[in-house]
Amino acid sequence: MMYHSMVIAAFGLMLLWLSLSGYFNFLQVSFGILSTFFVVWLTIHLKLLTTDGARLQILRGYPLYLVWLTWEIIVSNILLAKIILAPKMELHRQIIHTKANQSSDLAKAIYANSITLTPGTLTVDVDPDGFTVHSMAKTFADDICSDKMNERVAKLERLSTVDNVK
Amino acid sequence: MSIVDLLSWALIIFGSSFCIIAGVGVLRLPDYFSRIHAVGILDSLGAGALILGLMLQAGFTLITIKLFLILVIIVITGPTATHALARAALDSGLTAELDEENDPSSN
Repeated sequence: MMYHSMVIAAFGLMLLWLSLSGYFNFLQVSFGILSTFFVVWLTIHLKLLTTDGARLQILRGYPLYLVWLTWEIIVSNILLAKIILAPKMELHRQIIHTKANQSSDLAKAIYANSITLTPGTLTVDVDPDGFTVHSMAKTFADDICSDKMNERVAKLERLSTVDNVK
Repeated sequence: MSIVDLLSWALIIFGSSFCIIAGVGVLRLPDYFSRIHAVGILDSLGAGALILGLMLQAGFTLITIKLFLILVIIVITGPTATHALARAALDSGLTAELDEENDPSSN
């Protein structure tokens, strides 16, 4: 298993090196291979290499979630731009507390970051049972209270087969 | 002018106009926390549409991969930095100005 993830890490790093450098002659690529080996050795030495691959399990439903999130971001961006450009800004600033149904830290981080990434809402504080969210206008607060995004991220987590990932 | 060119310029203009709106928002909005929200526009749609437009300009080259990596990094670091700013403000004693306090659990 150890060798398995070592090979994956080396392959990914080499791919990253090639795509960032753009040089394909012998000397440069051998430098790339050397530095790839060095970084893989370093991750093993620092015990950063995970052998179970459990952290990546959540990525299974991720592309679809990203598409949905992009749409949400565009919609709320336009709503917020309307508020900003209106002659009299109709603000309704409030702080709300929302529950987070996710169990793993990674899914919670994805949910909190999604809230912050969507304009108009901002995760201010995180505690064991939920988030404190600052919201700009009524529509954004209603969006959070309807738990749409919460459910989506929880579903994303359920898609992954490995439970109790920390 | 090809369709790809047209689409890429539309995206670039769209993105940069949202960057300007974000700037207007930072100047117009009344308090610290709502100004952070305005910067959120810049993080998400402003930078996103601009980089997407530039990717269309670059075509299938290594530059597109680099632009994509930049987009991924912005999408991850943007909200993190925003959260850190808001948290730092709260911790150092700045209370958010609220328009209405109807939620009993709010502080």
